[in-house]
Amino acid sequence: MKSYVPHTENERREMLESIGVKSIDELFSDVPASLLLKRRLNIGEGMSEVEIRKAFLELVNKNRTDLKVFRGAGAYNHYIPSLVLELSARSELYTAYTPYQAEMSQGMLQAIFEYQTFICRLTGLDVSNASVYDGATAAAEAMVMMLNATRKKKLLLSAGLHPEVIETVKTYAHSIGVEIVVVPLNEKGMTDIAQLKANAEGFAGLIAQNPNFFGVIEDMKALADCAHELGGLFTAYVNPIALGMLKRPADYGADIAIGDGQPLGVPMSFGGPYFGFMACTNKLIRNLPGRIAGQTEDAEGNRAFVLTLQAREQHIRRDKASSNICSNQMLCAIMASIYMAVMGKHGIKEVAEQCLQKAHYLADGLTQIKGFKLRYASPFFHEFVTDCEYDAEKLNDALKAKGFMGGLPLGRVIKGEHGMLWCVTEMNSRQDIDDLICAVESIVKEGLA
Amino acid sequence: MTPTDRKYTKEHEWLLIEGNTVKIGITDHAQEALGEIVFVELPGVGDEFEIGDSFATVESVKAASSIYTAAKGKVIEINEKLDAEPEAINQDAYANYLVVMEFSEIDESQLMSAAEYDEFVKSEE
Amino acid sequence: MRKEYNLIFERSIEGHRAYDLPNIDVPVLDSLIPSEYLSETDIPLPELAEIDVVRHYTNLSRRNFGVDNGFYPLGSCTMKYNPKINEETAKLFNNIHPYADQDCVQGALHIMAHTAEMLAEIAGMDACCLQPAAGAHGELTGIMLIKAYHESRNDFDRKIIIVPDAAHGTNPATAAMAGYKIKEIKSAADGGIDLDALRAAVGPDTAGLMLTNPSTLGLFEKNIIEVARIVHDAGGLLYYDGANLNAVMGIVRPGDMGFDVMHINLHKTFSTPHGGGGPGSGPVAVKEKLIPFLPKPVVKRTENGYVLDYDRPQSIGRVKNFYGNFSVIVRAYTYLLSLGADGIREAAENAVLNANYIRSKLRGVYDIPYDRICMHEFVATPNEKMRANHVTTMDVAKSLIDRGYHPPTIYFPLIVHEAMMIEPTETESKATLDAFIEVMKQLAHEGETNPEALHNAPVTTPIGRPDDVKAARMPIVKFCE
Repeated sequence: MKSYVPHTENERREMLESIGVKSIDELFSDVPASLLLKRRLNIGEGMSEVEIRKAFLELVNKNRTDLKVFRGAGAYNHYIPSLVLELSARSELYTAYTPYQAEMSQGMLQAIFEYQTFICRLTGLDVSNASVYDGATAAAEAMVMMLNATRKKKLLLSAGLHPEVIETVKTYAHSIGVEIVVVPLNEKGMTDIAQLKANAEGFAGLIAQNPNFFGVIEDMKALADCAHELGGLFTAYVNPIALGMLKRPADYGADIAIGDGQPLGVPMSFGGPYFGFMACTNKLIRNLPGRIAGQTEDAEGNRAFVLTLQAREQHIRRDKASSNICSNQMLCAIMASIYMAVMGKHGIKEVAEQCLQKAHYLADGLTQIKGFKLRYASPFFHEFVTDCEYDAEKLNDALKAKGFMGGLPLGRVIKGEHGMLWCVTEMNSRQDIDDLICAVESIVKEGLA
Repeated sequence: MTPTDRKYTKEHEWLLIEGNTVKIGITDHAQEALGEIVFVELPGVGDEFEIGDSFATVESVKAASSIYTAAKGKVIEINEKLDAEPEAINQDAYANYLVVMEFSEIDESQLMSAAEYDEFVKSEE
Repeated sequence: MRKEYNLIFERSIEGHRAYDLPNIDVPVLDSLIPSEYLSETDIPLPELAEIDVVRHYTNLSRRNFGVDNGFYPLGSCTMKYNPKINEETAKLFNNIHPYADQDCVQGALHIMAHTAEMLAEIAGMDACCLQPAAGAHGELTGIMLIKAYHESRNDFDRKIIIVPDAAHGTNPATAAMAGYKIKEIKSAADGGIDLDALRAAVGPDTAGLMLTNPSTLGLFEKNIIEVARIVHDAGGLLYYDGANLNAVMGIVRPGDMGFDVMHINLHKTFSTPHGGGGPGSGPVAVKEKLIPFLPKPVVKRTENGYVLDYDRPQSIGRVKNFYGNFSVIVRAYTYLLSLGADGIREAAENAVLNANYIRSKLRGVYDIPYDRICMHEFVATPNEKMRANHVTTMDVAKSLIDRGYHPPTIYFPLIVHEAMMIEPTETESKATLDAFIEVMKQLAHEGETNPEALHNAPVTTPIGRPDDVKAARMPIVKFCE
C-alpha cells in the first residue's frame, strides 16, 4: 500500500504537537461521532506497481484492438504524429492547473492563445474559446448562446447531427424548458429545407452538421441563408479534418462553428477525453462560454497573455454566467494545436484528400457486391451508409472473425435502422480495403450473413 | 460631491427625471467599488422594463454588476459612447448615463436624495 | 530572463514541413465533390520543420509551472502529486474505438464498472455514473437528476435551489443552467450554515440544497445532520459538491451525512492531472431513489460479461458523447488500486494534518479568520501591519512566485476579504511545508517593514504583472499577421 504520503512517524508526531492535538483522530472532532465510518472502506487492499502492471495486462488482454478499423461515427482513427503524445506529456504542462497566475503560466497561456488562433483559422471565424468538453456539449453550449442572443425559447436541430449530440442537446434543453424540433433529412440525405421553413416560427437558430452523421456533405450555405432569412442564427457542427477541403463556416456565414476536435491528433481512448471547439463572430463574443486567453502587456511593454473576459464566467458572474463550465479539455486542445503545427496547411489537406479518395474506393468496391447499395446518391467525404439485404449485426460478426471492425450497424444508435455506416481514413491502406471487400464478398457468398 | 439634481437607489444607481423621461446611471461610489470598468452591456432602444428589472451590466476585470431600473418604461436612448469608452464612467459617473427611458411609473418612495444617499453609503461601510 | 517568446505562427517558413504520410495508393478521382462545396483557399496554418515544433512546445513548457515543478497549495483545487504509473496505464487504452463491439472492450468496461463501484463505496452512495466530463458537468448532471426526481413525482413547483454564500461559483451557475432560481443564504459567524437562515429559506418551492462539506473555508459542517433534516423535511434533496472530498475519504461519507447526490472530481481527489485546465472527470454518485434517472448508458455486469445498458426509460438522457473521459477514469482507477482502503484513508488524514500544520505555524503571522481545527485547507489574510502598509493578498501571491511557489487560491471565498485559501494536500513532505512556512514568514516580515518589494513582485518571471484591464477593454484573442 502506498498513498504517496512522505511523512515518517516522527514527522507526523512533531506536526501533531505543533497543532496541539494528540492524534490524527482529534483533527476530525468536528465530524459528528455518529457519522464516522467505523470500518474500512470495502475497496480492497492497495497494490504495488508490479501488481498494478499485472492487473492491467490482464485487462488489456480482455480488449481487442487488433481489428482493422473501418468505423467512425464520431470517433476517427487518424494518424497521430509521435510529437503529439510526446510533447503533450511535458509535465510542466499537464500537471498545471488553469493559468490564473499569468506570470508563471505564460507557456500555457500562449498555448491557449495559439490554439484559439488555430481554431479561428480553421473555421474562419473571429473568436474561439479555450475548448469545452466535447462536440455534444459544444452543441448544447451553442444552443444556450443562440437562445440568449435572440431571447427565444426554441431551437432547430438537423437530423443529420450525430444522434448522441441530439440526445445531449435535448437533455440540456429539457431542464430549461426549451422546445427542440429535429428537422428531418430529405431523400438525398440532406437537411430538408422545406421542413426547416415549416418549423422555424419563433426559433433562435439551427444547428447542422457537415459532413453529416450519415457522411453526406450538406449545402451549408443554403441552410445558413435560410436560417438567417427566417430570423435565426446558424451554428455549423463541422469535422475539422474535412475543413482541409470543404468550405469553412465563415465562408457560408455561420454565426457559430463547433465540433469535436478528436480527429486532430487525439487518441480514440474508448470515447474520451476529446474536446469540443467553439468559435463565433465578434458580435457573439460575450455569449461565448468558457475560458478565453487574450494578449496584453506588462508594465515594461512585454507581450503577455492572460485569461480575459472573465466576467462572463461562473467564478465571477455566478448564477448569471454564460455557462457553468470551469474545467475544460485544455490538454486535448493543446494536442490538437501540436497536431495542426505538425501537419500544417498542406498536411491537413492531404489527410482530407486521402480520406475522400479511399472512402470512395471502398464505396465503389462494396457496391459491386450483390445486394449492397449506397443509401444516398449525394457527395460524401469519408463516411457513407450502405443498405444491404443481409443482417448488419451478422455481417459485422462475420467481419470481426476475419479481423475487421466493419461499418457501424446503425441500429445500435438509431432505433429501427438497418444500414451500416462505413468510414475510411488515411490509416486504411489499399491492401486493407481490398481485403475488406474480399472478406465481405466471401461472407456473402458463403451465406454467413 | 453627490449631485443634488437627481435621485438615488440602494443599488447605487442615479435617476435624473426630466418630464416623462429619466436618465439612469451608476453612482461614483458604485464605479469606485467596481474598479476599472472594461465593458458596459446596454439594452436595445425600444426594450421595455418593469420596476426592479436588470437592464444593463457593468463589468470590471474582477466583477460584473447588474444594473436595475427603478422606473417602468421603454428605453429611448442608450449612451453609445460607452461601447468604445467604458472608462468614461470611472472618470465621471454622473456625466455618463447608461440609458434614457420614457417612463410610465417610478416608485419614488424607494428613492433617496443626495444627502440621504451619502448617509446610506456611510452606513453600508 | 524577461523575454517574449515568438508565437508558432511567427515561426512559419513557407515550404517547411514536419509531417510525413504514406503515398496515396488508390486511384485518385476528380470531381468527387462539387466545387461549390470546396474551399478556394488553404487553411492558413503555419509551416514548420519537426525540430522547430518540438522546440516551440518544449520551450512553452519551460515557461509554465506544474505540480512537478514545485509546491502548489491552490485551495479548493487539490493539487496533489499525479503519479506516473497512472500515465503509463492510461496509454494502454488509446486505440479503443468507442463503438467497438462490446465483446471487444470487456477490459475497458470492467474498469468502468469497478471504478464506479469503488467511488460509490467511498461516497456512501448506491450507484455512480462516470459520464460527466468535469466537476461542473457533474454538478449539472446531479441537479438535473434532482429535477427528474421531483418531476417523476408530479411535483413541478420546486423552482429553487438553495446555495450558501461561501459556495463555489459553479454551484449557482449550475443551478441556473438547469433552470432553477437561486436562493443564497449567509454563513453563520462560525463559518457554518446559519440554521435559522436555512429554516427560513426552505419551503414547498425548495428543490434542493447544494453544499460543500468541508466548506470553502475548510471547515466541517458540524450541524450537517440537522441541515439534512431541514432540507429533507421540506421535501428537498441534498447535493454534495465533491470538490473537497479529499479531506474526508474513508473517514466520513457524504451518503451517510444525508446527501442524496454528489459529484466527484477525479482530477482533484483521485490524482489525475489537471492538464492546465482539463480534461477532468466528474462522476456522479447517487442514492437508490435517483438511480433510474442516471444518464445512459450504464455499465451492467451480467452472466455474459459487461454490457452497456441503454434501456433506461426514466433516464435524463445523455450529458455528452460516449461514456465519459475514459482515460482519466483509467488514471483514477490506477490510483484507487494502488492505494486501496488504507491508502485512501491515509491520504485524507495527512491532507488534513498538513493543512493544520501550516495553520498552526502561520498563526500570529497572518490573520486566520476562522482559527480552529480545519480540514484539508484553511483561509488566511495579510495581518494588520501588512494591511496598514497596503500590502494585499495579490502582493503576497506574486511574491510567492518569485520564491518558486505557486500561490494559494486568492480572493476566494468571497465572504473573507483578501482571502488566501491554502491547501497543501497529503503528498507534500514536512520539509516542503517547513520551507513554505519560512517563506510566508519572511513575506509577512517584509510586508511589515519594506512593502515596496512586495508591490513590485514578481521579478523573476518571463513577464511582470500583466495589464488585465487592457486585455479586457480591447480584447485581442487571436494572432493576426
